[in-house]
Amino acid sequence: MNAARLAAFAALLAALALPPVLQAAGADFYLGTASRILVYAVAATSLNLLLGYGGMISLGHAAFFGLGAYATAILLSEGVQSGLVHLLVVIVAVGVASLVIGAISLRTRGVYFIMITLAFSQMLFYLVNSVKGYGGDEGLTLRVRSLLPGGLDLRDGNTFYYCALAVLALELFLLHRFVHSRFGRVVRALRDDEVRAEALGLPVFASKLVVFVAAGILCGLAGALSVNLQGYVSPNLLHWTQSGTLLVMVILGGVGTLWGGLLGAAALLLMQELLSAQTEYFEFWIGWVLLGVVLFARHGLAGMLRSLFAPKVRS
Amino acid sequence: MSERALLEIRALHKRFGGVAATDGVDLKVAAGEIHALIGPNGAGKTTLVAQVAGQLASDSGVVHFDGAEITHLSPHKRALRGLARSFQITRLFASLSVLENMAVSVQASSGHTFSFWQRVDADQALVERAQAMLERLGLGDKHDWRIEQLSHGEQRALEVGMALAGKPKLVLLDEPLAGMGAQESAEMTALIGSLRGEFAVLLIEHDVDAVFRLADTVSVLVNGRIIASGKPEDVRRDPGVAMAYLGSEQEVL
Repeated sequence: MNAARLAAFAALLAALALPPVLQAAGADFYLGTASRILVYAVAATSLNLLLGYGGMISLGHAAFFGLGAYATAILLSEGVQSGLVHLLVVIVAVGVASLVIGAISLRTRGVYFIMITLAFSQMLFYLVNSVKGYGGDEGLTLRVRSLLPGGLDLRDGNTFYYCALAVLALELFLLHRFVHSRFGRVVRALRDDEVRAEALGLPVFASKLVVFVAAGILCGLAGALSVNLQGYVSPNLLHWTQSGTLLVMVILGGVGTLWGGLLGAAALLLMQELLSAQTEYFEFWIGWVLLGVVLFARHGLAGMLRSLFAPKVRS
Repeated sequence: MSERALLEIRALHKRFGGVAATDGVDLKVAAGEIHALIGPNGAGKTTLVAQVAGQLASDSGVVHFDGAEITHLSPHKRALRGLARSFQITRLFASLSVLENMAVSVQASSGHTFSFWQRVDADQALVERAQAMLERLGLGDKHDWRIEQLSHGEQRALEVGMALAGKPKLVLLDEPLAGMGAQESAEMTALIGSLRGEFAVLLIEHDVDAVFRLADTVSVLVNGRIIASGKPEDVRRDPGVAMAYLGSEQEVL
């Protein structure tokens, strides 16, 4: 328990020290990679909440990433630069969208749930494709970024990095509190056996909907961050293959583990970075790694780390 | 049986294709009694339990519970009104510890489901209630065990105990003795006996010996119909029961 807290603290310190260290080493280029990892870690962690803790396998989670990105991009292109306004609009817009999609999708289970979330995300994919006013299928390039209180501009690489780190740290802290809370126990119970949970008098549908909406909003925030990092949005952000990428991250990192989203995002993006420099067919090799993890390390990288450092800790 | 029953089922039906699994069942369970429902394999016992607890929607008929009609309520709303059930095939939460399984069952009836900030294991009242229930089941010293470490009998005891955790008015026990050895079976029978007066029990059971020792009232379900209902000794002597339930054999009950 204390070892876990110590490790978390050390990880946070290392993350805080990264930008000056990279600068001193003359490797500023990698700050962009680190920032990308943080953004995708926020998204993958939100999917891990939905999938790993809630037991809901969604193939449409990237839709919320895309919605958050488009909401921010549209505001920016209309000259609204206030980060607080972006935050509020993303929470409301993605919250409403995930509430509607969740309320309908959660009436189904298993493979039907996978299919209906996929259908919703493809509907939104084609919707943003057809909105010509905001770039249509070509996407939208932005010349400005969100402004944070205190005159901070997310255009600045360091500012963006620390902002994304703050969002991820907050998300992980919330997830940690949730897992050990009353609600967290209910959600784990209904993931194990929904019929039993319902028979005990637990509000299964409402609980799943709350998790679905929370995961959607968190993923929307990742989307809002990604606009500020890339300066660009396109319908591809909502494509179902993006949802697949998030799933791969969660599985690599560890389904139903606190750190799984971060570890998976880091592992996948770093592998892509390193392997794509060596070979055109890097996805082939990533496939082998994924296969190995699924077959031999069921709790992914997080599970491997846990068994290395704290073999007796229960999840 | 003239006073208002706690559970009253009237003309309940359920068809699966051409098979009438529940074919006009009328049944009353009084507060505090142990009411056994017996019947041969395929008589429709488990279907009836699922209809009463809400996992299966009925085609027609009425279920009254504690002064209100509950025919169309969802399972969790029925549970919150005090109608709990255990399952024939053990359904426990595999990733939770023994104590956590019991605590989440206690929690279900005490609300505050969506509290996501406070640590749940710091809730002393919840832990104490769950631990007290585990002591009663003889699982007090195994509170931090994993479910898979429990023996079959212990899992069955927890299965039944979780249904009792919310202090229901009526508990439906679906074959609590299924697959048990003699020793485990005796302990479970003693546990069920100890519920008399505290909870009403609708006991679905194959083990006829146990049923006649435990029950205040016995009903016999055959082909989706109740063919006899009354005191154990009356049902035991009922010639129709011997014929239908035991085929041509007689006086085996």
